[in-house]
Amino acid sequence: MTASGWLQIVVLIAALSALTPLLGGYIHHVFSGERVLLARAIGPAERRLTRLLAGEEPAGQDWRSYAVSVLAFSALCWLALFVILRAQGIEPLNPQGFGAPPWNLSFNAASSFISNTGWQFYGGQSTLSDFSQMAGITVHSFLSGAVGLAVAIAITRGFANRTKTHLGNFWVDLVRALLYVLLPLAVAGSLFLVAEGSVQTLATSVQLSTLAAGRQTLALGPVASQKVITLLSSDGGGFYGVNSAMPYEDPTGLANFVEALMVLAIPAALTSTYGRMVGNRRQGWALYGVMALMLLGGAAVAYSAEARPSPAMRVAGVHGQNLEGKEQRFSVADSTLAAVAGTASGDGATNAALDSYTGLGGSIPMANMMTGEVIFGGVGSGLFGMLLMVLLAVFIAGLMVGRTPEYLGKKIEAREIKMVTVGVIAVPLIVLFMSAWAISARYGLRSIFNAGPQGFSETLYAYTSQANNNGSAFAGYVGFVQPHAPGNAGSSGVTFADLAGGSAMLLGRFLPMFVALAVAGSLSGKRTIAAGAGTMRTDTVIFAVLLLATISIVALLTFVPSLMLGPIVQALTGRLF
Amino acid sequence: MLRQLRSAAIAVVLFTVLLGLAYPLAITGVAQLLWTHEANGSRIERAGRTVGSTLIAQDFSGVARYFQSRPSASAYESTRTAASNLGPNSQRLSVEIQARMTAFLRRERPFDPGLSAASVPADAVTASGSGVDPDISLADARIQAHRGAAVRHLPLAAVLRLIEARTESSAGGLFGPSYLDVLGLNLALDEGRGR
Repeated sequence: MTASGWLQIVVLIAALSALTPLLGGYIHHVFSGERVLLARAIGPAERRLTRLLAGEEPAGQDWRSYAVSVLAFSALCWLALFVILRAQGIEPLNPQGFGAPPWNLSFNAASSFISNTGWQFYGGQSTLSDFSQMAGITVHSFLSGAVGLAVAIAITRGFANRTKTHLGNFWVDLVRALLYVLLPLAVAGSLFLVAEGSVQTLATSVQLSTLAAGRQTLALGPVASQKVITLLSSDGGGFYGVNSAMPYEDPTGLANFVEALMVLAIPAALTSTYGRMVGNRRQGWALYGVMALMLLGGAAVAYSAEARPSPAMRVAGVHGQNLEGKEQRFSVADSTLAAVAGTASGDGATNAALDSYTGLGGSIPMANMMTGEVIFGGVGSGLFGMLLMVLLAVFIAGLMVGRTPEYLGKKIEAREIKMVTVGVIAVPLIVLFMSAWAISARYGLRSIFNAGPQGFSETLYAYTSQANNNGSAFAGYVGFVQPHAPGNAGSSGVTFADLAGGSAMLLGRFLPMFVALAVAGSLSGKRTIAAGAGTMRTDTVIFAVLLLATISIVALLTFVPSLMLGPIVQALTGRLF
Repeated sequence: MLRQLRSAAIAVVLFTVLLGLAYPLAITGVAQLLWTHEANGSRIERAGRTVGSTLIAQDFSGVARYFQSRPSASAYESTRTAASNLGPNSQRLSVEIQARMTAFLRRERPFDPGLSAASVPADAVTASGSGVDPDISLADARIQAHRGAAVRHLPLAAVLRLIEARTESSAGGLFGPSYLDVLGLNLALDEGRGR
């Protein structure tokens, strides 16, 4: 551990805190229809697109209608991506002549990018053509992120509405999210990455003979334009199989720092947007404070764990930091910061092999996801996931003092709490069910790479990551076998892992989303009661502590037994398996 | 519902064209214009021939005059990058690390007799995250300098000076440790620098 390592963690939080009100204010302006700086350039295209999708006078939608639009759009997105992948062999921009990936892998990949997960059983550069990367992965990283953003704004409107019951129009929100938020940031970000050394070309590879007279192929492609949107939209998929560890994706320490910031920027900014939309910016800061504190705690533990040698290194007589699976241009602080930012947010892009993290270090990414992705979380999904937790905390506080719980002046009643409970336990149930199934069936065990408790950790990680729409991995876990990489000749998917994971991603995406929309619909238009002396304030430090406790208790009660069987066992023993 | 599906279909097609073709092609155009070197893979050219990339490691194993890259779990292939993915308590990983340590000592000790396992830095015996990590630590380079200097008949001090001069760090060490790219160092030595 070094002073500069700790300093970097502090600098990241400071930069994020400074960025949050700026970007949050901008997003607020965009979605309340105020004129923003880019309106002159983007306005005409926006109006034309909106008219095409939503008609002359876009009608406000109630939560059901909004949900139907989300579902219709996501279903067609899934279909489009699945077809693009399966028809890869006859599509353009495929000079290496890659065939289509197998059906089961394509199911998993389509579900992954539609659900804003970015989970990859395949290595991008050896499996997908440039066309699939651009028109498939890049596009659906944008679209799934924009859906999350639109839904979060709609849900916030529901919390804020005092009279009307409609939550806005999905198509209007979608177009604004894409044109005003994601696209401008992506353009700026990809040019920055190229300047740092990221690749951006339509040439796919260069053959050369090395200094030591060997042959080498440089795998190239339109990397930066895809990388940046997978970061900004919390999708997190990599152009290359090893994601940000690949120098062409994450070339320098500075690029790495900015990438971590990009991953957190929009989810963090949405807390500020939320505060503004409900008319009390302190409400937003309370959420931000809880998220930032949990991020900091995770980073500190992971950093101190990885700065020590792993048991495998100790037995081999090697000292120093755990550098297996890490890159030399990054310090252990860079690596753990990317891992913590990538798993606290719903992004999942990491610059190291998490499978080789120490037991304690590897338990942090897992624990981050097990909170239900509410430590910043995915674009949009982090905010509404957190709002469900807020309602649960308000309810528990209400029980403790014996008053009807209320939030933002609105009574929280049995109907809302029932839905919140479903929303909060749905994803953990999927995680535990799928992990248990995978670990107890022969066809589930096929995917495991490491022996001993790490094999269980890989399984638990896979379903935690997929059901929570994160996308990071203990990448030893296998769902795709590619004997003649690159290209897909003779390759096959592992059907159970592909289908179970794909279903977990879709359920984990849309169940909580629709529950949150329903809660927002139920709160929308509810009469507000003026705050009195007995009102419990939700914008104070005390409430933030209560919220933190609620999140931790729910996660711990659900997951401690399974964590004990995997990462904790390894953290406690020096034994090798 | 039918109306929603119609809007959804239009949206998917339009956004696929805008975000899947127009956007990446526009970025490619600007990148090729402004950052030609980086956008094409940070290639190193010698006499009109591409000899490698600053950002992708090469395999120098078995060639004594060259500084060696970090161990790779994917044979230094950028087309199928991979880490070992072996767990922290993996017996197999421990055996592999021991083997790398033995190989490292066998290679370097003849030129640096005082070298002990305890002074070998972790990056020299652990496989990188990408399999093509182009860089090694300063500590690793200083050990290998003994071999480099002896095989090339150069004074050790000159090789160490070249190493110092080629050491990079991000923002004065705030964003990461100091490191050197191995291919660049080997090329510099081949071209007679360090004399």
